[in-house]
Amino acid sequence: MIDTVTNIILLSMLVITALAIVRMDRLFAVVMLSGVFSLLSALLFVTLDAVDVAFTEAAVGAGISTVLLLSTIALTKPVEKRARHTALVPFIVVCVTGAALVYGTLDMPAFGDPNAPALTHVGPEYLARTPVDIDVPNAVTAILGSYRGFDTLGEAAVVFTAGIGVLLLLSGLRRRREDEEEDQA
Amino acid sequence: MSKLLDLQFLAGHAHYLLFIVLMMTGLFIVVDKTNLVKKIVGLNIFQVSVFMFYVSIGKVKGGTAPIFPMDDKYHVDTAAMAGQVYSNPLPHVLILTAIVVGIATTSLGLALIVRIRESFDTIDEEDILAIEQDMTREDNKKHGNAMGGLA
Repeated sequence: MIDTVTNIILLSMLVITALAIVRMDRLFAVVMLSGVFSLLSALLFVTLDAVDVAFTEAAVGAGISTVLLLSTIALTKPVEKRARHTALVPFIVVCVTGAALVYGTLDMPAFGDPNAPALTHVGPEYLARTPVDIDVPNAVTAILGSYRGFDTLGEAAVVFTAGIGVLLLLSGLRRRREDEEEDQA
Repeated sequence: MSKLLDLQFLAGHAHYLLFIVLMMTGLFIVVDKTNLVKKIVGLNIFQVSVFMFYVSIGKVKGGTAPIFPMDDKYHVDTAAMAGQVYSNPLPHVLILTAIVVGIATTSLGLALIVRIRESFDTIDEEDILAIEQDMTREDNKKHGNAMGGLA
């Protein structure tokens, strides 16, 4: 019961933060609020028993991603322009999508139901075999590094590719800028 | 839809409803706002909401984090595990991977925004569209006849 109340309070705070982000037009404030959003979601991950996900979200979502967004607004403009179009069409699109998703959740098992299909197949198997097969105390580490090691290898490949992409896009930024200044002079 | 009026049902599904509200706030930012940095922030909100939804599927009522007790020889103490309920660790693993991949795509998007600002001197979608239409009009004026009428 107390769990549910905590979760609902955290989720309401997340909704308020998200609505504040919608209203805000100073990008610095938007970036700070997105950091707040990440920290609140890390708290929610703790109450959902996902402690590993919580500290990854706190480090990556509130740390690295805030730094990246701040450096982007330092290289671009810090204020958002008011949109010239009406918000009616996006609002309708969002409402229709949301209604479809709510309709989809109606068939789902209740939150925390121990007999849900997601909790009765491989999950318990991993929990039962980790102490015997791998003998590390954290089941998440055992799955991440051993049972599903190839997923982690794929993840490394994706991060490597994205890193190359960012380097290619941003390389020569200063050189091009200096060339421009020379042209103008 | 009549299920939504049942209190018992609503208590079990309130989390899902709130996750969907969060997702839709993110989607609204992506569709409605014209500033590209803000679109990325909206995409992040959508993404984190999906993560929370996914992790919530692995939660077991009365369960705890899937970290086992150890004995004094630093092996997992299977005797102390008896009777303890653990949440499903598999969604946690998948979402850990997804968070890292998410930050990789976010950084790529932000690098693209920096390049767009370099070429167009703006990061507003409507301004970029106007500039591109002007460029097309210029092109049509210059080369339209050679192409056999306006392109």
